[in-house]
Amino acid sequence: MTAPSLDALTLPQGGEVRADGGLWRAMSRAFTANRLAVLGIGLIVVIVLFCFLGPLIYHTDQVYTNLAAANLPPSAAHPLGTDYLGYDELGRLMAGGQSSIEVGLAAAVTASAIGVIWGALAGYAGGVLDTVMMRIVDVVLSIPGLFILLFVATIIPPTLGTMIAIIALFAWLIPARLVRGEVLSLRSREYVQAVTVMGGRGPQIMLRHLIPNAVGVIVVQATFQVADAILIFAVLSYLGFGLSAPAASWGEMLSSGTAYLYDGYWWQIYPPGVAILLIVLAFNFVGDALRDALDVRLRQT
Amino acid sequence: MTGYLLRRIGQTVVVLLGVSVIVFALTHLLPGGPARAILGIRATPAAIAAFNHAHGYDRPVSLQYLSYLNSLLHGDLGFSYTQNQSVASLLAQDIPKSAYLSLLALAISIIVGLPLGIAQAVRRNRFLDYAVTTGAFLGYSMPVFWLGLLLITWFAVDLSLLPPEAPQTATLGGALADPAAMVLPVAALAIVSIASFSRFMRSAAIENLAQDYIRTARAKGLAERTILVRHLLRNAMLPIITLIGLSIPTLVAGNLVVEQVFNYPGVGLLFFNAALRRDYPVEIALTLLGSALVVVGNLVADLAYGVADPRVRLA
Repeated sequence: MTAPSLDALTLPQGGEVRADGGLWRAMSRAFTANRLAVLGIGLIVVIVLFCFLGPLIYHTDQVYTNLAAANLPPSAAHPLGTDYLGYDELGRLMAGGQSSIEVGLAAAVTASAIGVIWGALAGYAGGVLDTVMMRIVDVVLSIPGLFILLFVATIIPPTLGTMIAIIALFAWLIPARLVRGEVLSLRSREYVQAVTVMGGRGPQIMLRHLIPNAVGVIVVQATFQVADAILIFAVLSYLGFGLSAPAASWGEMLSSGTAYLYDGYWWQIYPPGVAILLIVLAFNFVGDALRDALDVRLRQT
Repeated sequence: MTGYLLRRIGQTVVVLLGVSVIVFALTHLLPGGPARAILGIRATPAAIAAFNHAHGYDRPVSLQYLSYLNSLLHGDLGFSYTQNQSVASLLAQDIPKSAYLSLLALAISIIVGLPLGIAQAVRRNRFLDYAVTTGAFLGYSMPVFWLGLLLITWFAVDLSLLPPEAPQTATLGGALADPAAMVLPVAALAIVSIASFSRFMRSAAIENLAQDYIRTARAKGLAERTILVRHLLRNAMLPIITLIGLSIPTLVAGNLVVEQVFNYPGVGLLFFNAALRRDYPVEIALTLLGSALVVVGNLVADLAYGVADPRVRLA
């Protein structure tokens, strides 16, 4: 590495990220070369279009029940049949997908934001503050997640917002740990020391130099977190602690289909399960590919 | 070693105290407090006040926490109002059954997952590797409860091979006496763990296969089988100790879901029912217990690692 010019130092461009031609370019090159990543992105696009644009083309009533049309097998009028309340399963799959994707994305973003701030603060501050902050993470992390989630879910009335909040409330711990580790290793680098020598202050160093350089790790983790949040939301809904009726979710669809396992109503068991599996798989593929792409970038420098 | 042990035990105690504070605080966030939860929505303010006074809920919160901690330390885990039984006796009844389910599933996932991972590493990028990797990806992207439902649909409903429900029994003996009914719950729990164990073992084995000791073993003409079992497995198994320690929270959570799906009367189902009925003393006790299991499990895993691998010095 050649010595950086004074200009580059006085005008920090978010650290070394852009100086070597691009985290993003190297990552996107490695990313698009990965077939599973492309498959994952494709799946996500298809599912999002299905859930959010589908209802505009395929109109169903997902609010009023119709017991005369309950538990109908697939037919021309109902391609995936109906459930025990007479809701059209295909339309419900779209409505349920909307809540699953919204909760997954929002919870992952919220958790990552909290985790990044917490971890960066702890890693940068060091000393007693670091110890106390990370000990808090240890404490919350040692509570089995599902137990505390069910516990909180019994206290707070379930809405889309509270679902996102309680899932995020217990999902920020891993990003916090990761970012702290990353910040600990970054803060001793020369370019950070250079900024310190030039009088850069804590918040500036953290926001403009440390966090931008940890962004790869954060994005990879956030991708996995979307998958996890969707799974957790499905479990909560399945167990009956999800959104209240008539709101739809994939977990709730499975839970109502369970009552008819012996009647062979396969259309109430397979579609929602496959939908959960596909979206979680897709985000896991993308996360894996991003991690490998980030690895490529790390190997090049 | 003694210093390390003392420090780790000290940390464990601090973490558990922290958990107890969080859980205790949560119960005080309840709308109307425990009185409302127990007496129901139609209770009069006078009845609630009387209940609070009788159970000491009208004292300062800090004092309440201390007396709660005091009774905890005396082994008093609280009283379940909906089951009219002490939490300790409920636990004594259900813990053996849950332990049986979890340990059986854990043992099976180790016995299946580790050889699978090694086989993948040896046949890297061949058909077997791809097939198992695909299976593993599906395994940990699949919600456990859906897997359970599928197993019931296939093996209990369609093929009528196995009972759809776990043994309905109050005692561990009853569960032991009905192995056929345990197959599906154990399978549901094990399949998910096999996915993560084989994946982990695969990367540990690939790393170890590139090491000098394997080359030396090959150079001195050892049979491939001996190399894999005596050299590779023993070395690659070390990180598995840590993995088992780390997978305790997943096992505990998976346990809850699987017990609910198969209606297995263990600790998970106990917690699920307590959550449904807002039986807070049971919820609190089980959350604390689960956390203790996680923390102590991690401590034991770290200590076991030090014993299994003398190169790791615990200081």
